[in-house]
Amino acid sequence: MKRFADLFTALDQTTKTNAKVAALAAYFRDAPDSDRLWTIALLSGRRPKRGVTTTLLREWAAEVADIPLWLFEECYPIVGDLSETIALVLPPATGRRDRTLTDWLETVRDLGVLDMEAKKQTVLDAWSTLPPIERFLFNKLITGGLRIGVSQKLMTRALAQATEIEEATLAHRLMGDWTPATTTFHDLIEAHDPEADASKPYPFYLAYQLEDLDALGPPSDWRAERKWDGIRGQLIIRQRQPYLWSRGEELITDRFPEFAIAPDFIPDGTVFDGELLAWDHATDTPQNFNALQKRIGRKTVPKKLLKDAPVILYAYDLLEQDGEDLRTHPLDDRRARLTALIDTLPSDAPLRLSAQLPFQTWDDLAQIRATSRDHAAEGLMLKRGDSLYLSGRKKGDWWKWKVDPLTIDAVMIYAQAGSGRRAGLYTDFTFAVWNGNELTPFTKAYSGLTDAEFRKITAWVKKNTLQRFGPVRQVTPEHVFEIAFEGIQASPRHKSGVALRFPRMLRWRHDKPVQEANTLDDLKEMLDTYG
Amino acid sequence: MVLQFQPEGIYCPAGDFYIDPWRPVPRALITHGHSDHARWGHGSYLATKAAAPVMRLRLGDISLDTVNYGETRQIGKARVSFHPAGHVPGSAQIRVEVDGEIWVASGDYKTTDDGFSEPFEPVPCHAFITESTFGLPVFKWDAQDDVITQINAWWAANKAAGRFSILGAYALGKAQRILANVDTSIGPTLTHGAIENTNAVLRAQGLSLPDTIRVTPDTDIKANAGALVLATPSGMNSTWVRRFGQASTAFASGWMSMRGHRRRRSADRGFVMSDHADWDGLNAAIKATGAERVFVTHGYTSQFARWLNEQGYDAGVVETEYEGESLDAADAEVVE
Repeated sequence: MKRFADLFTALDQTTKTNAKVAALAAYFRDAPDSDRLWTIALLSGRRPKRGVTTTLLREWAAEVADIPLWLFEECYPIVGDLSETIALVLPPATGRRDRTLTDWLETVRDLGVLDMEAKKQTVLDAWSTLPPIERFLFNKLITGGLRIGVSQKLMTRALAQATEIEEATLAHRLMGDWTPATTTFHDLIEAHDPEADASKPYPFYLAYQLEDLDALGPPSDWRAERKWDGIRGQLIIRQRQPYLWSRGEELITDRFPEFAIAPDFIPDGTVFDGELLAWDHATDTPQNFNALQKRIGRKTVPKKLLKDAPVILYAYDLLEQDGEDLRTHPLDDRRARLTALIDTLPSDAPLRLSAQLPFQTWDDLAQIRATSRDHAAEGLMLKRGDSLYLSGRKKGDWWKWKVDPLTIDAVMIYAQAGSGRRAGLYTDFTFAVWNGNELTPFTKAYSGLTDAEFRKITAWVKKNTLQRFGPVRQVTPEHVFEIAFEGIQASPRHKSGVALRFPRMLRWRHDKPVQEANTLDDLKEMLDTYG
Repeated sequence: MVLQFQPEGIYCPAGDFYIDPWRPVPRALITHGHSDHARWGHGSYLATKAAAPVMRLRLGDISLDTVNYGETRQIGKARVSFHPAGHVPGSAQIRVEVDGEIWVASGDYKTTDDGFSEPFEPVPCHAFITESTFGLPVFKWDAQDDVITQINAWWAANKAAGRFSILGAYALGKAQRILANVDTSIGPTLTHGAIENTNAVLRAQGLSLPDTIRVTPDTDIKANAGALVLATPSGMNSTWVRRFGQASTAFASGWMSMRGHRRRRSADRGFVMSDHADWDGLNAAIKATGAERVFVTHGYTSQFARWLNEQGYDAGVVETEYEGESLDAADAEVVE
């Protein structure tokens, strides 16, 4: 694990992208195959199942550090990371064992099947033989979530440098349902066999938020569609099987049994890109996101839910046809094929064609965009007619042009410290609106302010705490923030009766006295209009 | 009570004076020159001889009387003496004895010898007033030699790669501690004006520091390629550092032991070096005083006081306006 720890240290000791890629590439050139494969897996979010609860880890760490558990718990929010807190409180290691990363990962993976005493012994042995950084990494491997400032994109770039395989090709090979247990570095990266994994999706092409409409050139070069508020998905039909992938590279076929019949009428070697939406078949329009929300995360779907919130794929692109990769074809060609293919489907097929919206001028389009909320859409997608299907987030050919968010002025009433790089700063706030003379909480938000603003509010929170509830501080109602959000829904679970979608802080309204914040009635009015 | 906690600061009724008051008072005894302890506006000041020059630099023409470490002064009914706190040059713990009862106000302190400040001396007492800036068991400092070795290696590697090494450190204390200990044979050292002002004062009072070059608008940056550049923490975020072009940036602070804080500063490196005691240092210092009562000021006060109570001390939290070591404060170069 020393080599992996050295890599981590090198990545952690620079803020410069090139230096990070160079360090990773050097690692990928030298490390043993199984370690390289595990590193790829970890940096692409694949990790061993957690075999020990964090509760146990906390108790053991406090015990070994000879401090009361309450004191350990006090340290955690200050450090902002459990693995690091443990590594910091433990006494220095007493021995030294150098095992490979793979070796340690196997230990971590096997923790799950051990009895309590054996688990504890294994973890304590590791703590007492690993130096600080390796100890921190070991904890990270147990608790999952090794975020070390390297995106999958950077990792792929480094791997491309080390293997001299093209980056886009690698991005595709790294997709899909593999784990280090099911493949080898050679099979996955070097001797890639497309037949080997019928479920393998293509890397998604992602759009940036539109910056400058005028820079797009003639409107006739562009195609517009509504941008729906669902789940981006890729539907694959190969070897008479359907495979459904979410954008987060999760295989979600089983959660959406609607697609089990797809191979009956869609030929092998077909891949769609589209939006999963809960559908109202009576009106042939999408239901709101709430309906889909009930389906997400449910591994098995009760009959009633399947009936109340049936899901379709709103298809907007065709990535593969008859087994041929179409990504290097222009969008207009892919769309023509998609339209023809959807035309052949029976009416009860769980697929719809995402309609292109006709427009002559940008002004036309702006008017169409202004009606987005009436259609329960988030805005528009703009795609160049001759655009290829690229991988990852790229500027130039695809843009999302979202509607402006809804906003409301609210009073901050609770604050909680953040984690990670925001440890020790108060960054997570609860906001309220006036209900008569009372403040009714209605949302939390934790993004949108600059670091300087968070520092300022943190200093203020420390001096204006009314009460503490564990890590949460109730503060003097004094500051007003403009909260932006994408949607609003009725919610019986919340005291305010509403739930917001993507709430964040748009602005700190230093100019607004607390009495001038919005009211619960204002919020309910928004619910009536947009809910 | 020998000392009382009042809205103006820590007060001694027997001697009618305050220690490190944060509101203007007629008579102030000052532990050290950092701005949250030595404030402007008091009638008269008493501090150690070694602390006096920096206080004059920062506070201007004040009525300042000085004492040597260990020298006893009778002030009213109180016997007062100053003892090294190891925090920065001239820093002191103030011992106050009234009718045989001894209290010690320690200001800011560290228990390890930094090779530059007068090393900390435990002072036996009945009641001890302690800081708690790093009063949690996650704070444990590496030996200074190890940290200096890391800084030397970083500097040498940057120099070899044609980069400057810009290191953010407090203008009083940390900057000189680093300067006095790094391997200056690696290259020249450039300093921010606020640091060089302090250097000049400390040199004038007889402390030995390696040669440094003050950065001014006229400084020939290129002629000093690969230099170590000592900057104030707030200078690290300003246009001041951009002059140096190719550079690696770092901070030296106790907070750098935590990744989250390190990443938030967006510096390449963080060197864990503090002029405050770590967890073990705080606990050892308190034990060495033999005190039964402990008053916990600035830092993780409630947690540390609870811990001390569980260890058998009679400990309580005292609200003060001292700020400890903070990289998030707006004027971080002067508050330590």
